[in-house]
Amino acid sequence: MFPASFDYHAPTTVPEALRLLAENGPDAKLLAGGHSLLPAMKLRLLEPGCLVDIGRIPELRGIRREGQTLVIGAATLHADIATSDVVRQAAPGLATAASLIGDVQVRNRGTIGGSAAHDDPAADYPVILTALDASFMLVSSAGARTVASGDFFLDYFTTALSDLEIITEVRIPGAAASVTSAYAKLEHPASGFLVVSAGVRIERGADGRCRTARIAIGGLGGRPFRATAVESALAGHALTPAAIAAAAALAADGSDPDGDAYAPAEYRRHMATVYVQRALEAAL
Amino acid sequence: MPYPISLKINGRNYNVDVAPDRLLVDILRHDLGLTGTKESCSVGVCGACTVLLDGQMVSSCLLPGVLVNGREITTVEGLAQNEELLPIQQAFIDHGGFQCGACTPGQVVAAKALLDEIPHPTEDQIKDWMMGNICRCTGYYKIIESIQAAAAVNP
Ligand SMILES: Cc1cc2nc3c(=O)[nH]c(=O)nc-3n(C[C@H](O)[C@H](O)[C@H](O)COP(=O)(O)OP(=O)(O)OC[C@H]3O[C@@H](n4cnc5c(N)ncnc54)[C@H](O)[C@@H]3O)c2cc1C
Ligand code: FES
Ligand code: FES
Repeated sequence: MFPASFDYHAPTTVPEALRLLAENGPDAKLLAGGHSLLPAMKLRLLEPGCLVDIGRIPELRGIRREGQTLVIGAATLHADIATSDVVRQAAPGLATAASLIGDVQVRNRGTIGGSAAHDDPAADYPVILTALDASFMLVSSAGARTVASGDFFLDYFTTALSDLEIITEVRIPGAAASVTSAYAKLEHPASGFLVVSAGVRIERGADGRCRTARIAIGGLGGRPFRATAVESALAGHALTPAAIAAAAALAADGSDPDGDAYAPAEYRRHMATVYVQRALEAAL
Repeated sequence: MPYPISLKINGRNYNVDVAPDRLLVDILRHDLGLTGTKESCSVGVCGACTVLLDGQMVSSCLLPGVLVNGREITTVEGLAQNEELLPIQQAFIDHGGFQCGACTPGQVVAAKALLDEIPHPTEDQIKDWMMGNICRCTGYYKIIESIQAAAAVNP
């Protein structure tokens, strides 16, 4: 299979990339790892006339700590996030999620910004980034803005990103000893994409009890589902196995997933309770 | 518009003019005659087109050549040195690691990348690493046995 022909630009700075996007109008698209864009182009679902490759912009790649914030460049590879000691320490759930994406070949090319912008409802990053309360730095020629994950992932393949913006970095707050996170995924046996998955972030008090919990579930709709019933059930409580099981049982409360032939709605709702429990157990 | 790129493939330098939509797998097979690399699914799922990009395994069917301008590629043709097969290649022959052979160049390149990274992988590590390489013939056990046999002769 072949994509339709396109022009190609390889800018080395963000302002240059923004200029190319503006000059080429709606026909232009950013190209990162190409692991969502190229298949769509080969299947002729998309035929952009111009691709702006952001893989040669050094400032878009890398992982660093700014105090208690973990900062990841948008063009950082899944493989680098999966194996980073900095990520494992600051946000272990994110490293786990990255390690469960696709296969080695996918992880060696795909990027966190590309996955977030593509916003596949079966993708892993939207779920764990919502649990981690991450935000996205979006830059356009008009300036920069920061959008929280809850306002970024809107619906199936739909985000708050405009055509003239570039995600430059993903910022994850609360990298502290009292905070931990985990991710658990039920994979589709053929595609490896998630059927249901859960990302959890737990902040504990000095007494070891749960101070706050943030829980996001994938596979229950067009955007990550915040399991607020589980969050309130855990807040202020000791994280005993019984408390975790009781809270996890509420995981699908308030959700209304669409089912499909592989995973009907009731199955997804049940798996949500199972995988929230597994993620909570993994976090502790 | 043709775009000039330079690549180092299996230790040799190539300068070629490619259209931006020309994929690495097609540059290798059709423009340079390196037909060892196979294309099967064409959308990043099956692993048949696996090559090493600066030592890391990637799917060449999703990689426009312009993206790898200036970088180093290893294909299955570049594994044997001085006509001598690598232990992993010999092991696929000795242990029946292939039948029709369509997936084999990708399997062997992926297995080579695995043994470079983890010289003595466990069975679970082998399965995890090789899950992006699909085979319709062997039932996988023979591939795992081939990799274990090659790992056994690793220092
Ligand atoms: C076989 C296979 C299996 C996969 N399995 C999984 C899986 O299990 N879980 C999972 O989550 N994903 C999976 N994926 C998807 C994979 O993670 C992709 O890499 C990812 O969705 C897109 O990232 P990319 O860097 O390849 O982006 P690209 O394909 O290059 O781009 C995707 C979209 O994002 C836009 N974009 C890219 N970067 C930016 C940026 N910085 N700012 C703004 N817009 C941008 C592009 O214009 C394009 O619209 C799989 C893919 C394949 C081929
Ligand atoms: S042909 Fe490239 S992954 Fe299948
Ligand atoms: S040997 Fe035939 S597909 Fe693997």
